[in-house]
Amino acid sequence: MVKKDKGFQIMAHAIMICMTVMVIFPVALLIMSSLAPESDIIKYGYSLIPKKIDFTAYQYIFGEGSVFHSYLVTIFVTLAGTAVSVVITTMISYTLTVPGLPGKRLLSFYVLFTMLFSGGLVPSYMMWCNIFHIKNTIWALLIPSLLCSAFHIMITRTYFQNNIPQEILESARMDGMTEFGIFFKIVLPLSVPILATIGFMKALMYWNDWTNSLYYITDKELVGIQALLNNMLTNAQYLAQSMDASMVATDTAAIPSLSLRMAIAVVGMLPMIVLYPFFQKYYMKGLTVGAVKG
Amino acid sequence: MKKKNMLKQVKRYWPFYLMALPACVYFFINNYIPMGGLILAFEKYTVSGGIFGSEKVGLNNFKFLFQSSDAWIMTRNTILYNLAFIVFGTIISILVAYLLHELKHEMSRKVYQTVILFPGLLSIIIISYLANALLAGDTGYINMHILAPLGLEPVSFYSEQKWWPFILIFIHFWQMTGSNCILYLANMSAIDPGLYEAANLDGANRFRCFVNITLPCLVPTIVTLTILSVGKIFNSDFGLFYQVPMNSGAIIDVTQTIDTYVYRGLMNTANMGMSAAACFYQSVVGFCLVMITNALVRKFSRENAMF
Repeated sequence: MVKKDKGFQIMAHAIMICMTVMVIFPVALLIMSSLAPESDIIKYGYSLIPKKIDFTAYQYIFGEGSVFHSYLVTIFVTLAGTAVSVVITTMISYTLTVPGLPGKRLLSFYVLFTMLFSGGLVPSYMMWCNIFHIKNTIWALLIPSLLCSAFHIMITRTYFQNNIPQEILESARMDGMTEFGIFFKIVLPLSVPILATIGFMKALMYWNDWTNSLYYITDKELVGIQALLNNMLTNAQYLAQSMDASMVATDTAAIPSLSLRMAIAVVGMLPMIVLYPFFQKYYMKGLTVGAVKG
Repeated sequence: MKKKNMLKQVKRYWPFYLMALPACVYFFINNYIPMGGLILAFEKYTVSGGIFGSEKVGLNNFKFLFQSSDAWIMTRNTILYNLAFIVFGTIISILVAYLLHELKHEMSRKVYQTVILFPGLLSIIIISYLANALLAGDTGYINMHILAPLGLEPVSFYSEQKWWPFILIFIHFWQMTGSNCILYLANMSAIDPGLYEAANLDGANRFRCFVNITLPCLVPTIVTLTILSVGKIFNSDFGLFYQVPMNSGAIIDVTQTIDTYVYRGLMNTANMGMSAAACFYQSVVGFCLVMITNALVRKFSRENAMF
């Protein structure tokens, strides 16, 4: 029996190592390709062990303003979107836990129904463009996915119900605190784990979002990092063209477009790699509370 | 008396209504107005008429949509890919979760778990780049470093249909397996270890334990997750089907889903009506599926039903 289990353990390790390698391999290939000289990529293709290490692509990124600018756009959208979204989400979730609130069932249904039925892309797109005119404004990156899913409201509500004792809130009311004071000074500080969980999920969504840019943005000033990558994937010369306008004197032929694309992709996923260890716990929590009730 | 009571209630509860207000306004605009906007499917849209005032054309948009071969292709692709994701996804997730759960070496288990979770954090754009580094015709890793040394002809992946069902399914699992197995893992940790001990005393081997203890304990989760995914069978990950194949026209027959059709139609004003019709089709059938599956979940396990 013991011997048999050793065989199983070895097999399990072997399978998991294979999977780990399968995950790491393309990522490593991407990183190494970003470090290879352009001429080598053209000659030998993307390779795991470049013949020469070369930082030209990264020099371009840091020397040339548009990548940095896209980065700032994405950081701004992620921070602002996440903050506003978390506040709005927690406020309505809290309202849905107030005992005896008249109209609570109706309110729950109003929120829940958005998860069941949706108008889809065409009406949303037409509405945002023709009624609210958000095309080519920063709002286009922030608003259409603000409360991307009522599901976050549901899990936050459940958390409040299970973790915030009504007695504390009652005694705070006795002490004359306002309802807003109670919410911001008592409820939220007691809910750090769920705030971190939904905050991380929303930040991830904003950081990785490129569809809003695809639908609504043509202005180069408002292109975030994922959208920039998207534009470069379909058009390798995108950066050269966008630079023409800003830097007339640049020799566009010298831009290492293949390795540069890879380098921007590396820069695009870097924050996730760096932050991931700190947020893994909350990420996993989001996945387990999430999967069934969703 | 009643009026006074209501006044008292308003006085007591107004801060809560105020807190709920931003979300309510947002949902009204972002979700409820577009529901009304589905009327676009029955209109010939003009800029001057707008969403609600354009000329009504009855079912013409649907007639055109379902007379074309597009409707069949996109429906078939969306459903078949989703079925593959559901069937293989359940099997792969359970097996991976089982391996992780049974591994005795704590440290390496954590490392494996961390690594396979990681792709879930990447945007589909980054994943398109990863795929491109492997698949590109003239510089891709597969052509330059695997096929060439073996003396095989290079494959131009972005124009050959036959590879894409495998590529897309592989990429989906590459990205999602880590996050999908977490729930099963949590479920397995909750199984009473006494059951396994008793089975071991009776001489049951690992395989029998898996089949007779682990799997039965997972059945509620499997059923719920499957039913929920069936409810979303008309939806697809737009990025996976549009961006990973680099919007290549040559392989559209195997990569077109309802979402990519709607987007392509929307960007081309001549197809606007058909796009709106496809969108309506997706919304309404999707809604029916969600309602049916939720009724099934309710029957099977009440606590897992959405409402």
